[in-house]
Order: sequence, then structure tokens, then C-alpha cells
Amino acid sequence: MTDSQRRVRVLVAKPGLDGHDRGAKVIASAFRDAGFEVIYTGLHQTPEMIVSAAVQEDVDVVAMSVLSGAHMTLFPRVKELLDEAGADHVLVTGGGIIPEADMEALEARGVGRLFGPGTRTTDAIAYVKEWFAQRETV
Amino acid sequence: MPDSSAQSTTADLAKRFRAGQVAALARAISIAEDQRPGFEELLHELLTAGPTASRVGMTGPPGAGKSSLVAHVAHAYRAQEERVGIVAVDPTSPFSGGALLGDRIRMNDLATDAGIFIRSMATRGSLGGLAATTKEVLDLVDAFGFERVLVETVGVGQTELEITAAADTVVVVLVPESGDAVQAMKAGLMEIADIFVVNKADRPGAPRLAKEIRQALHLRAGHGVQEPSGHHGVDLTQVARDARPTSTPAVDSEGWDIPVLETNALDGTGVEALVEALGRHRAWLDSSGELDARRRDRARGRVRDVVEREMRRAAWSSMKLQAALDEGVDRIATGAATPYSVARELLAQLLR
Ligand SMILES: Nc1nc2c(ncn2[C@@H]2O[C@H](COP(=O)(O)OP(=O)(O)OP(=O)(O)O)[C@@H](O)[C@H]2O)c(=O)[nH]1
Ligand SMILES: [Mg+2]
Repeated sequence: MTDSQRRVRVLVAKPGLDGHDRGAKVIASAFRDAGFEVIYTGLHQTPEMIVSAAVQEDVDVVAMSVLSGAHMTLFPRVKELLDEAGADHVLVTGGGIIPEADMEALEARGVGRLFGPGTRTTDAIAYVKEWFAQRETV
Repeated sequence: MPDSSAQSTTADLAKRFRAGQVAALARAISIAEDQRPGFEELLHELLTAGPTASRVGMTGPPGAGKSSLVAHVAHAYRAQEERVGIVAVDPTSPFSGGALLGDRIRMNDLATDAGIFIRSMATRGSLGGLAATTKEVLDLVDAFGFERVLVETVGVGQTELEITAAADTVVVVLVPESGDAVQAMKAGLMEIADIFVVNKADRPGAPRLAKEIRQALHLRAGHGVQEPSGHHGVDLTQVARDARPTSTPAVDSEGWDIPVLETNALDGTGVEALVEALGRHRAWLDSSGELDARRRDRARGRVRDVVEREMRRAAWSSMKLQAALDEGVDRIATGAATPYSVARELLAQLLR
């Protein structure tokens, strides 16, 4: 099996205290149906838990669903901890109720593309596939 | 990837692995799991010390509580300051090739403990309850220095024979809802269990199922029901064991009375007894020589796996053999040969 044929591994995480993981479950199932290997860790994940799982599972992508409004702290924190753990090759992406301006600010800080309410799961899948294909060729 | 860079990456990875870097273990697992180029060299490099960890497998039907029990047992070992590596297998979707790996959900309170390593694996089409490379992954986790290695199979509830080749001790987890002991017998679970656990003991039917399993085990062992307790540690059984070839089935009740325990993985009732039973089984494995026999069986199986894989690769990567196959197929089409005669010709070429 060549590297380009290998499965995309994605950690789908639901940080924060709110108890809604419907969005996370929807994206986790959609990723599975797109052929990704999805590690789903459930509710109430701290950035430390997310990064520890991402390292152990050697994932390519961390996808977070953030509805609590804490996206400006959560996304950069996870990115920062991943970098500290030597996992700066991991794509941090996700979705939630995130204003356009915040998305841009986060991208400038090394976070990948984020998806607002109403985006289709197919967009996120296409984005991850494209990112993965591009990374494999470098 | 050019060879020299692959080699230097392997050496660098091995160095970081030996230095105890978790990311290096995680990457080594990915390389073995994907069977990426050079994975066998990497395993050769990293597995020099041989197995030292105590390996426990948990198997049983979907939702029986395997992950929850793994988490409890891991906690108990952590309380004894032992480091625990966990490998949990979930199924690959036959439709998309993707997988939803959810065993970590039950292990969240272990997530940031530096003495714990958890890895999820998808079956990737393998049917025996484990993935094709789970055994290699367990070897890596062992070699990294974990004293305890716990592996959870896919919950298929059918003959999960693979687990007996991967673990020293097999725990079969059932629940009152799994039906009666006859179903467990039909599924072949009596033959693979070193320890039976009836989980969800908070629900009605658990004591009844436990009792049925005990009766079935006694009948199977040929004891009838007259002999309530066992005879472990007797020298005569030891002699009998030593006389047998090492490739005997992984489980029998000679000298080991298979315990049937009841647990509640929600509140942890019965977990202490399970940990104690695991300890007793490990001591029995050591004193009976069975641990050595099981490890030898594992090593034998691993060598055969690699030889078969290499034979296959050698066969189908040879241009000469491919040409002979094409030519043979032509003759089969005209009735001048059969698949069996062509296969014989190819084998003669390959093994020359
Ligand atoms: N009532 C009750 N529920 C339990 C018990 N143990 C586990 N559960 C619940 O049963 C469900 C499945 O538990 P898991 O530990 O995920 O079971 P599993 O065997 O690992 O499941 P799969 O890996 O999907 O086959 C969860 O909702 C648990 O909370 C128990 O002793 N009693
Ligand atoms: Mg499980």
C-alpha cells in the first residue's frame, strides 16, 4: 500500500461543557461514509484530552465542533498544544457558530478552514480530502 | 520515497521509540497497521527484546461493556503504578471502507494519564475480531514498555478466535441480554475463555446466566456436576501438560478452573474480583509453563504469516510467473489445461 492510498484518520472531538454532540456525530458519520477512519471521543473534551488522543491515534486531522462561543480560545489552544507535542503536521479544522471574521483570524493563526452553520458535510469532506492529497505529494 | 531517506527515518523513529516518545510509538503503529514500505524492518528493529507485558484480551458481543471494563481494569493497574497500553478494535464499514471508532468514549477519564496509551484500530476487512495487524501493534505496545497490554476485540459475538492468538488471557464478556449459555456454546466462546464475565449484573438474569455457564463448563470439562472445586497446582497435571505438543488449543481447563464472574461496569462492582482473577490466571500461566507455550505459538504463527506474505509477494511480483499464468489461462480456456495443472506448474517454478 502506498502512502497516497492510506486511509485518512480523523479525530472528531466535542470540546466544552454543553451537552450537544449532534453536530459532532453527524460529521463523524459523514466522514466514515467518505471512507475516513474516525476516532470519536464523546462529549466534554478538554484541549489536553483532544491533543493526547490525537498523538496516540496518530491522526491526520482534528475536527472540532464548537457551539459554545469559545472557538477563539479552543481552536488556537488545540493547535498550540499539538505544535508543542511535535504534531504540527495535524490539520485543525471544525465547525460551529463562528462568525466569518473569526474564521479568518483563526486561519491566520494556523488553524485550517472552519465551517459555519448550514454548511454541507460534503464541503468539509472535500476540503479534508483535498488537504490530504496535497500534503501527500509534498 | 527514496530508500536512503526511508532508512534514515526508520533509524530516527527507532531512536525516538526507544527514548520513550509516545508520538514515535503512535507512528510505528501506523506504519505497521498500513504495512507501509519497510514496516518489517522497523518491527525487526524494535522487537528485539521479546514479549514481557501481560496481555489480556476482552471479547464479547456488541455493547456488552468491554470498553467500560477495560477502563476499570486499566484504572486498577494504574493504582498499582503499572503502565497500561490499550488497543481497541472496531469494525470497518464494508460500504465505504471508513470506520467509526468509538471505544475511547468509555475511557475518557484515562485520556491524559501519561501512564496510559490508547489506540483505536479498524478491522479493515478482517473477520476474526481483530485487524490483520493487531498482533504486530500489540508487540509494539509491549516493546514500548507497558507492563499491561489490554486488547478489545470487535463485538461480533461469533468465534473470535484471533484473540486467543493475540492475548495471554482471554476474558469473554457476556450480558443477560446475550441469551442463554447454549448460545455462548454455539458461538464457540466456551473454548476461548480463560475467564467469563457476566456484565450488567445490575440487570435481571445475570445470576441465572452465570450459573448456566458454570454448569456448561463443568460438563465440557467432563466433570459432570459432582466436582465443585478444581485441582490446580497438582504436579501430575503439570506432567501431562508438558507431554503435549505446544500447538494445543489455547484454552482448556486442565489445572485452570475458568472463573465465572459478575460485574457492573457502571459502578465498578466485581471489578476487583476480575483483576484478582486476571492475576491468578497470570500466575497459573507462569507456573504451568503455559505462558511460554502460548508465546511460542504466537512466534510460530508470526513467522508463518511473514513467510506466507513474502511468498505471495514473491509469486505475484515475478514477471516470469505472471507470464506463465497468462499463458496457462489461455490453455485453460481451450481446455488444454485445468487451474490445478497450471497451479502445479507455477509452484514448481516458484519453489525451484
Ligand atoms: N446497566 C449497565 N450498563 C452498562 C454496564 N456496562 C456497560 N454499560 C453500558 O453499555 C453500553 C456499552 O458499553 P461499552 O463499554 O461501550 O460496551 P462494548 O462492549 O465496548 O461495546 P462495543 O465496543 O460497541 O461492542 C454503554 O452505554 C455503557 O454505559 C453495566 O454493567 N450495566
Ligand atoms: Mg467497545
